[in-house]
Amino acid sequence: MGALPLFARLVAASLRGQARYPASALMLTLGQFLATGIEVIAVWALFHRFGDVAGWRLGEVALFYGLVNVMFAVADTLGRGFDVLGTEFLRTGAFDRLLLRPRPLALQLIGHDLRVSRLGRLLQGLIVIGFATVSAGIAWTPGAVALALFAVAGGAALFLGILVLQGTLSFWTIESLEVANVLTYGGVEAGQYPLAIYEQWFRRLLTFVVPLACVAYYPAVVLLGRADPLGTPAWVGWVSPLAGFTFLAASFAAWRVGVRHYTSSGS
Amino acid sequence: MRPYVAAFTSRFLQMLQYRTAALAGFVTQCWWGGIKVMVLAAFYASGAPASMPLAHAITYTWIAQGLLALLPWAGDPEVALSVRTGSVAYDRLRPVDAYALWFARTTGWIAARVLPRVALMATFAVVLLPLAGLGAWAWEPPATLAAGTFAAVSAGLALLLSAAFVMLLNIATAALLNDRGINALATPLVIVLSGNLLPLALLPDTWQAVLLLQPFAGLLDIPVRLYFGEFTGWTALGALGLQAFWIAALAALGRAAMGGAMRRLDVQGG
Repeated sequence: MGALPLFARLVAASLRGQARYPASALMLTLGQFLATGIEVIAVWALFHRFGDVAGWRLGEVALFYGLVNVMFAVADTLGRGFDVLGTEFLRTGAFDRLLLRPRPLALQLIGHDLRVSRLGRLLQGLIVIGFATVSAGIAWTPGAVALALFAVAGGAALFLGILVLQGTLSFWTIESLEVANVLTYGGVEAGQYPLAIYEQWFRRLLTFVVPLACVAYYPAVVLLGRADPLGTPAWVGWVSPLAGFTFLAASFAAWRVGVRHYTSSGS
Repeated sequence: MRPYVAAFTSRFLQMLQYRTAALAGFVTQCWWGGIKVMVLAAFYASGAPASMPLAHAITYTWIAQGLLALLPWAGDPEVALSVRTGSVAYDRLRPVDAYALWFARTTGWIAARVLPRVALMATFAVVLLPLAGLGAWAWEPPATLAAGTFAAVSAGLALLLSAAFVMLLNIATAALLNDRGINALATPLVIVLSGNLLPLALLPDTWQAVLLLQPFAGLLDIPVRLYFGEFTGWTALGALGLQAFWIAALAALGRAAMGGAMRRLDVQGG
């Protein structure tokens, strides 16, 4: 069986599993929608009280917010296998079984337990992008749609790369550490606002170390038709999402080192 | 009283063992708090009149991060596990009050996760930030000694209030045999209404009266308001009374619900 049919089969299996508990799946999806949607309340309340932030209006910030949430929703759906690697695979020894199968390891983990509930965040992000479109008057020309999709693909690759790194770390710690949330959920939190409002050291971190700004901020500035207050030229936004794919490639390089380091915990 | 104290102590000491988890949580909360502080500072820089000074909003953010584990995020995983495996039957056979036993255990579970994290957070935000030259971003001391005392008492009440909420989640878990859906729905309410998401005073002015009276305010917002000396004298006592009222109301509700849930409980496994 080729990679794609195998992936489709793994997806179908995890969907069938969740369909056995429809009420729970529905509640989890609704919960995700609400839990991720409450950040909207914070953003809205701050704009309601302060008017704008460093010259950015609510509708513009909504685009950053929506894009980052859509990216993370996609990555979170695909990357759950890496997220729970420590607790569900390494500690139990189930990882040995994956290694014995003559199929790509990463594919088996990506196909592990795709959660329907992640649609909650995706839907929430899309609604906010819809609001941004109306409020900030974004023109969805074919070029803009292509750029947005490119940015979302790059962002999903970046977040997936972070989850892969988190999984890699658990080869040494044998548990899934909350610390990785700093980059996943913390990244979503930081990426919800335009990069320009942050201190310089933090901006550099988000551009060169964890290139969140490359997948979200620079393309979004182009989509909004604004000049970047930080002075980067507009073409940057058209190429910067590539940084997300580079990050993912680097993460998989680290991952291979981790797999070589792996010794079974037995049983 | 002894079995309840023992239940509290054993769960407290058990949870204190998870040092890596506490450290990992602390690092996450520092980062998270840092982002929140930068965002707040950016909004305040616009110069619009605010309902609380920036320094208070920053202190509020650090306290909220330090007390993160105090919030009733989820039912006690041990209760969910005992319901799933059927070992809840042992609890049913013990000659003690089942609600009080679980309440004591839950309180120990929460307290053991909060204390190390809040101590680490205080070291970081009260001591290290000013030393690193970021005094403007530091966690400020309480307004007065009296305010600090009221806030400490109020934080203790917040622990009991949180335990009463967690008990409701535990009972719902026992009744529905599944904890994930319930936790997913409870979390957003807690984050917004406790003030963890944003200080309640920064939410729209027209909501303020309702926000202060609802039960979740007692988890974080009321202790912090007392810390800033916003309430003094009789008003401060009134705020503590409001917390006590919600603890009593939720405990009564939990007790009644537990009776019902336990009568219908199917013991799983063997």
